[in-house]
Amino acid sequence: MSEKVSLGRLEPAAIGGVMSREVANFRTYWRGTTFSSVLEPIVYLLAFGLGLSATLIDDVDGLPYVEFVGTGMVATAVIFSSAMPAMFGTFVKHRFQNTYDAILAAPVDVEELVSAEMLWIGLRSSVYGCFPLLVTMAFGLDPKPAMLLVPIFCFVTALGFAGFGVTMAATVAKIDQFNYVTALFVTPLFLVSGAFFPIEGLPEGLQVIAQLNPLHQLVELVRGSAFGFESIDLVRLAGLIVFALVMWRLSINRMEARLID
Amino acid sequence: MAAIELHGVVKRFGPITAVDGLDLDVPEGICLGLLGPNGAGKSTTMRLLTGQALPDAGELRVLGHELPGDSKAARAEMGVVPQLDNLDVDVTVEDNLAVFARLYRVPDVGAAVDRALDLARLRERRRDAVDELSGGMRRRLLLARGLVHDPKLLLLDEPTVGLDPQIRTELWTLIDNLRSRGKTILMSTHYIEEAERLADEVALMTNGRIISRGRPAELIVEHAGRETAEIYAPPDRLAEARARAEAGGLRVRPAGPAIAVVGSERARDGSVPDDAVRRAASLEDVFVLLTGEEAE
Repeated sequence: MSEKVSLGRLEPAAIGGVMSREVANFRTYWRGTTFSSVLEPIVYLLAFGLGLSATLIDDVDGLPYVEFVGTGMVATAVIFSSAMPAMFGTFVKHRFQNTYDAILAAPVDVEELVSAEMLWIGLRSSVYGCFPLLVTMAFGLDPKPAMLLVPIFCFVTALGFAGFGVTMAATVAKIDQFNYVTALFVTPLFLVSGAFFPIEGLPEGLQVIAQLNPLHQLVELVRGSAFGFESIDLVRLAGLIVFALVMWRLSINRMEARLID
Repeated sequence: MAAIELHGVVKRFGPITAVDGLDLDVPEGICLGLLGPNGAGKSTTMRLLTGQALPDAGELRVLGHELPGDSKAARAEMGVVPQLDNLDVDVTVEDNLAVFARLYRVPDVGAAVDRALDLARLRERRRDAVDELSGGMRRRLLLARGLVHDPKLLLLDEPTVGLDPQIRTELWTLIDNLRSRGKTILMSTHYIEEAERLADEVALMTNGRIISRGRPAELIVEHAGRETAEIYAPPDRLAEARARAEAGGLRVRPAGPAIAVVGSERARDGSVPDDAVRRAASLEDVFVLLTGEEAE
């Protein structure tokens, strides 16, 4: 009799209610989060973009290095504003604040709860992901109409990484185990995304892995919006959508196992 | 219609059976105190009622909705005041209430928040962050949050655990008001005085099942009689006194450093020493006799 119950129907009001809680909390800490999300890309651009281009690298594939890195930094902003808050935020809310017990005592199912958390993180990341692009424009990148698609690319990618973060939070036993997740997944993903150097310079085996990296797909889509799309970019976007859907269902499954006895 | 109907409910956590064939009916309009020691299965029962735990066997109905399938519909009509404080501490009082008004799909969020603030007597603190409130105010806010949507049924899980006596009394007054307004309340507690004070009926729970149920006065008469004699003495004399009382057909329970002879009005000569302190039988006597646990 202990089968998990999934109603298979998402109520917008339930999702909206959970998101309203996130908004209420965000109003108390948005300054610090936004400050770091704006400042970090500037620091990276100064260090890598200007620093390396002044000393070691003029351009990459015909692109000024600062523009190469600046467009790549969108991906780093997205993963750090999606996977990390999803992991730590979910864990803290569940284990220490008992927030989910309160929400699930209301007419909200785990599916709606997780969907709301992912949507909120996705929306926030779609905004924060744009900051590196805006900063790079200040360093000379030409704005293009196609760049209006960047928030959408960021949103879809962030959904997937938010789902990944929630899944990890529902899996680890202790908060310090996130160190394994960061070291084994987050850091390698962001380093081998093509944000700082082209993946074509990697050994062939690693290139294959890099092609499977959702962050690499985002990097290519953002560069496509700035420097011209290719037909394969539709496949990249489809891949990101599939990644988001898979992570969505996996995170719901894991959270149900964790939250419902 | 009963507000809550549980029949033969079982819930296991690995080798531990937390709820073991629980039968419990709660009629509408009463406050039922679910009284039991720690580990009796009270909190698990609460989680079963909110669908946050799934039973291994048995039938559950809440406000006519069968659980766990219709749990969401049942939750829409019930309010929950948890044991642990899970308020959003950085968020204001009114925002905490507004969020839950939306979660419960209340049509007029503003009016619901105002009503809840009045109930909790927190109107003047509505724009303060929760972490600026005292412990008692936070508890009142938790209660108000459980009532923001004016539910038919209220589940209180150990509502005053860990609170100092003054705050506890404040909460009791609030809960008493709800009771007098005809709300159906299921309140789990391990505080005897709380059950006696607030509950129309008390169900004694231990080892995952109900072992006795009735109005507090009826339970006392049924299990403890009219009078209890407490004997204070060194351990060897206590052992003697216990043996004499039990030989006289009386039941004896531990009472901290003393022993209590229950139903001492039936004592024959010598069964109860003359220097015993005699008092009216209490629900605490019933609790300790039936559960074997010292009361709080």
